Amino acid sequence: MTTTTPTSSAPPDIVQLGPIAWLHKNLFSSWSNSILTIVIVALLLNFLRGFVVWVTTTAQWEVIPLNLPRFMVGLYPANQYWRIWIAFGIITALAGLSWGVLARQTAKLFSLPVLIGIGASCVFMALVPVPPLYRLMLLAGVALVVAGAWVGRQAGRKLPALGRWVSLAWFVSFFVVLWLIGGGLFLRNVSSNDWGGLMLTLIAAIVSIVLCFPAGVVLALGRQSSLPVVRWFSVLYIELIRGIPLIAILFMGQVMLPLFLSPGARVDRILRAIVGLTLFSAAYLAENVRGGLQAIPRGQTEAANALGLNTPLTVGLVVLPQALKISIPAIVGQFISLFQDTTLLAVVGLVELLGISRSILANPQFLGRYAEVYLFIGIIYWVFCYTMSIASRRLERQLNAGQR
Amino acid sequence: MTSPSDQKIPLWRDERFWRILLQALAVVGVIIAILIFAGNLSRNMQQRGIQFGFAFLRNPAGFSIGETLFPFLPNEPYFKALLAGILNTIRVLLVGIVLTTILGSAAGIASFSENWLLRQISRVYVEIVRNTPLLLQLFFWYFAVFFGLPAPQNQLEWFGSMYLSKAGVSIPWPQNTPYLWMWLAVLLVGAIAALFVWRQRVKLMVEQGASGRSQLTTLIAMGVIALLIVLFGLGWQIPESTAPGLVQGGLRLTLEFSALLAGLVFYTGGFIAEIVRAGIQSVSKGQWEAARSLGLQSGLVMRLVVFPQALRVILPALNSQYQNLAKNSSLGFAIAYPEVYSVANTTYNQTGRPVEVFLLLMAAFLLINLVITIVMNQLNRSVQLKER
Repeated sequence: MTTTTPTSSAPPDIVQLGPIAWLHKNLFSSWSNSILTIVIVALLLNFLRGFVVWVTTTAQWEVIPLNLPRFMVGLYPANQYWRIWIAFGIITALAGLSWGVLARQTAKLFSLPVLIGIGASCVFMALVPVPPLYRLMLLAGVALVVAGAWVGRQAGRKLPALGRWVSLAWFVSFFVVLWLIGGGLFLRNVSSNDWGGLMLTLIAAIVSIVLCFPAGVVLALGRQSSLPVVRWFSVLYIELIRGIPLIAILFMGQVMLPLFLSPGARVDRILRAIVGLTLFSAAYLAENVRGGLQAIPRGQTEAANALGLNTPLTVGLVVLPQALKISIPAIVGQFISLFQDTTLLAVVGLVELLGISRSILANPQFLGRYAEVYLFIGIIYWVFCYTMSIASRRLERQLNAGQR
Repeated sequence: MTSPSDQKIPLWRDERFWRILLQALAVVGVIIAILIFAGNLSRNMQQRGIQFGFAFLRNPAGFSIGETLFPFLPNEPYFKALLAGILNTIRVLLVGIVLTTILGSAAGIASFSENWLLRQISRVYVEIVRNTPLLLQLFFWYFAVFFGLPAPQNQLEWFGSMYLSKAGVSIPWPQNTPYLWMWLAVLLVGAIAALFVWRQRVKLMVEQGASGRSQLTTLIAMGVIALLIVLFGLGWQIPESTAPGLVQGGLRLTLEFSALLAGLVFYTGGFIAEIVRAGIQSVSKGQWEAARSLGLQSGLVMRLVVFPQALRVILPALNSQYQNLAKNSSLGFAIAYPEVYSVANTTYNQTGRPVEVFLLLMAAFLLINLVITIVMNQLNRSVQLKER
């Protein structure tokens, strides 16, 4: 997925190119190349000028700051926002802690690029057009990340087993956050009909990712299984699901799931959507994992058998860890598309980020502000997806460090 | 076959026992699940007074469809409505596959350009398109771009032959006359003949070291004739603005179709660009160098050595992208393009038969994907490594 030039295997250039030489090599190496450069520059300048004019004069941006809380949490009752802030605090603190624990071996935690990043995010948080209290909260989030990282690094050096506890903390925090958002047990109930915005997008995506991963691995193992019946069922499921569009499956989840359950049973709308997303992604994930499984040489299984491991142990200890490692890029790619697919919940009537944008745009006050709103939420989606793909590349490099 | 030593293994350590037990458990589990679901389904459907069956397809649909390839009236039966939806899906699919392949290949090859700017543009395009949701892109195209077009009174005019306004996009299109079909047949025969001449030329060049110049002139002549036929023989009808806001002639595309097509083409193009790039990168550097050292020019290296090998990597991946394009076309539902999913959804809303409608929808998409797979597998077979 990385964009590199095909000459990556060539020895590095020793000669440092000056700016003139660089221009000559990359933009004006031949007359056709020069013409191309001039045409592109003209087109780009034209486009950029139009865009800048639009952004600064035609576009009416007040739709974004006026609706920022709705973009983030939808119709969540405003007097309960503190619960979301606490959830935000837990997540940022844990993120910082994990970062610190993971980076405990590096020589310097707060290197120059990281410091610049922290400074930039502080400036950004301070400039977000929300009431001052919220800005303070956002700044506190950055502070929590930094503090968590420092604590995690110090503690991680003393207690090497801390990593496991951090994973457990993430697991527990998941339920704590759900409890904070949904209420019940000392807290006022907030019906899931009021969940929305980016919060709902993240909840749907994370829950589906967590659920579809084991399902996908089981399906992939089933498809590779030597038991014919298990194999047929897996193949049937995977191929049927992969044959139909997600929107049809979500439609089935909303309309047909109640038909398949016993007459009295009622399932929450969000849960139905999550079930649809999970069923869909599991089939695709299974194919990605299968790619990894097929890449493991037979000798690995045979060696494990020769050592006396039985089938579950062979798969669990020898084959699967290697297969998953190989398929990380494909799996993360699937997670990214799952995250993007949550937008389809807007079509079945849920108000996640795209859905809430549509209902804001339906407000006569903001009629016709399509480009502004869609550009804004497009940037949000882009940042999340791009971060995920960069993280996957780093993870891949770290896991391969011992082999290359 | 059991030897005495086998008898001593306790049942729970015998792998064959576990294999049979596990499979039996899987079968029993699936059957129980199916029975429970089927029982609930029949009970629920009885409660609503619906009987399973496809007889409803012959009832009059009672809704109209925004755009169809054949005349469709609301009093015609449901199956005709669904057929119209399928044809609409196939229409956007066929045009989309052609355009997205061109765009994706261009962007993929551009990432190897010597021009730094072109490389960066290709990269930015791919990163933007792949990292934002398709539905959002479709909404952007439909609401922000195509709905942002001026009203018909002050429509945009491109090169005097295309008109864009809120009423639709008018493009030049051949008139439907017998001449058109005759010339199309001539073009088809010519294309097949050209393919043979091309093969002959490559064969002569490879086996006898011939220059292939005479065949090249033939091919160029055929190309010029084909161009003349396309330009003047097909009877292009150029849309004309007879009065302000009124365009006549040519083909008028609706905003929904244009937006869906643009969204799908740009989205899938980003993925195809990555596939093409990966395919070209997968050809090892030694192949380039070996071909160069044999004295081939760089264009020929690409065409005769690198590209055929890259195609082996590209084609299987393209297959799944085309299938994705087919499945993603169902998002046209969200921007009111009447493709098969949208018609099926209306059918369900009117008849209250989710199971039948879902089965039909599934069959339609499986069929479309099956056709794509068969065609792509045929193509794939022609480029695969022929091992001896």
